[in-house]
Amino acid sequence: MKNYFRILTLILFFFGLSYNAQAAEKVEYLKTDWSFKGLFGKFDRGSLQRGYQVYTEVCSSCHSLKYVSYRNLAEKGGPEFSEEQAKAIAASFEVTDGPNSDGEMFTRPGKLSDKFVMPYENVKAAQAANGGAYPPDMSVLVKARGGGANYIYSLLQGYEDPPLGITLDEGVHYNKYMYGNKIKMANPLSDGLVEYADGTIASVEQMSKDITTFLMWTAEPHLEARHQMGFKAIVYLIILTILVYFSMKRIWSRIETEV
Amino acid sequence: MSDHEYTPKSKVGKWFNDRLPLLTLANHLTDYPTPKNLNYWWTFGGILTFCLITQIVTGLTLAMHYIAHADMAFESVEHIMRDVNYGWLIRYIHANGASMFFLAVYIHIFRSLFYGSYKAPREIIWIIGIIIYLLMMAAAFMGYVLPWGQMSFWGATVITNLFSAIPLVGEGIVTWLWGGYSVDNPTLTRFFTLHYLIPFLILGLVVLHIWALHVPGNNNPVGIDIKKPSKDTVPFHPYIVIKDGFALLMFMIVFAFFVFYTPNILGHADNYIEADPLVTPAHIVPEWYLLPFYAILRSVPDKLLGVVAMLSAILILAALPWLDTSKIRSAVFRPLYKQFYWILVADVLILGYVGAMPAEGLYLLIARIATAYYFLHFLVILPVLGYKEKTLPIPLSITEPVLGGSPDLVAAKNKESLNN
Repeated sequence: MKNYFRILTLILFFFGLSYNAQAAEKVEYLKTDWSFKGLFGKFDRGSLQRGYQVYTEVCSSCHSLKYVSYRNLAEKGGPEFSEEQAKAIAASFEVTDGPNSDGEMFTRPGKLSDKFVMPYENVKAAQAANGGAYPPDMSVLVKARGGGANYIYSLLQGYEDPPLGITLDEGVHYNKYMYGNKIKMANPLSDGLVEYADGTIASVEQMSKDITTFLMWTAEPHLEARHQMGFKAIVYLIILTILVYFSMKRIWSRIETEV
Repeated sequence: MSDHEYTPKSKVGKWFNDRLPLLTLANHLTDYPTPKNLNYWWTFGGILTFCLITQIVTGLTLAMHYIAHADMAFESVEHIMRDVNYGWLIRYIHANGASMFFLAVYIHIFRSLFYGSYKAPREIIWIIGIIIYLLMMAAAFMGYVLPWGQMSFWGATVITNLFSAIPLVGEGIVTWLWGGYSVDNPTLTRFFTLHYLIPFLILGLVVLHIWALHVPGNNNPVGIDIKKPSKDTVPFHPYIVIKDGFALLMFMIVFAFFVFYTPNILGHADNYIEADPLVTPAHIVPEWYLLPFYAILRSVPDKLLGVVAMLSAILILAALPWLDTSKIRSAVFRPLYKQFYWILVADVLILGYVGAMPAEGLYLLIARIATAYYFLHFLVILPVLGYKEKTLPIPLSITEPVLGGSPDLVAAKNKESLNN
């Protein structure tokens, strides 16, 4: 038994070490109380819905969400719009479909099964419209950045005037959380930029939090199911472990050796 | 294999067993006499078998949904994560399962190092183990390439480029490995094929590993030869089965924590960016379990010698039964070796740490010292120690540790005297 704890300590020590190794060169990011962290972490529905609004009104003109479908908006564990709302959202977008029986491509209103409509035809078109920079697809963006949610949250609030001695090229902006501090994306948020349907005041901080929550969901749509199942699985394993421990003690007691 | 004759009771059983002695095998496995003083470090063999089976089962399921094509691989992984029922669970088990597998294998290897399990008559078990370990690294590396993220692509580029260090034919070999002039679709499809094949090779070798183990029987913490069956042994079932089961459950709790609560912490964020041959990531880092060898590779200034050093660091382990000249197996009775053992553990952890850091300045210096020490341990310290070290007296048997020096044995003795 004692030995096992020694093994566990070693394991934890090692992971601690490798985790620190990765964390070594990070800047201190802004933090906020994310509802999706922790053993029972869930998304804040209101925040997800507001985040969706920020995405459509602000981000979606440049950033795609190519792995997300309109039906996901009505699914459990997401923003949980009603099916009618999700249908209406989908129908508000024009989707290119086809070819039809005449061999022609045509446009039709979006359906639940469609993926989110992309702002640009292709990467080249996106680059051409953005001074050579490609606005990354945001479907898994939170997982694709070292700092995760805190990084995105900080970046959106990290625009500043460049410190003395740093000159920026045309179309480049200074952001204290960006790797290398230079970013092609202009500051996308300003106070009151969107008018929230639920009356929440749209400060930059609030919008940053909402859009980050929304992007966390697009990156991990099954996060809530994962946390729920994880808790059950671990409780089950602990109970089983205890039972097996006592059976083991009993079996080994037949030969009087310390286990 | 078995030490005693086994005859099935039923007529059908006997008829079948005479033609294919599966029942004899099952009887051998349940009755297999195991030293009764095995501690929890010995439970990792069972845990590793569990890891292998988990990887194969989850891997098969993933392969049903994954598309091995440079344009579709990344998307198909996202499809698994989003639209396949419990796809996220299966993929996270598979991805974290690789890390758990290596965690367990490192404990298993270092257990052998501490208790001298590689020494005669168990050299073949040990060498098969090293081959399994090499195949595991190959499988893990190729598996990491399959999601076709940035780290997949650039990791594959860096590792395959190592072969270009071979004089004269190096460049040709790299082109041959890639199936083209850069890492691209042909590379991905062949990596997928090999990633699918290797686990079954490992499975076959595991059978040999266990077979080879069942010839001399288990080593044990005291490291002495024991008579089987005797007072020193217990039948594998139920004693070892329940103990391995308990340890496996403890291991699964740690495993589940990673899968359900921090599924991406052991991976690199860049691998959620789709592979782009035109953009090189700021730091190309392999998965944590390869970091010590990566540190050795980078600590040598010459490319070819670096590759040689890295390969030697692994292959030197295969020569261990002959490099370690001490007749005493267990470090419990080798006071000096015990200290050098822990220094080696620290050395490997340090190598892992600097492997994750940029190869410059102080990190590079530490990496070089640690690399030098790694080879010093195996090539100088171990051979010399066998002749110089004054070992402690070893007991004659597990149950009668009259000459015992270890605290475990003293405790066992005390308990025995209490019972008398």
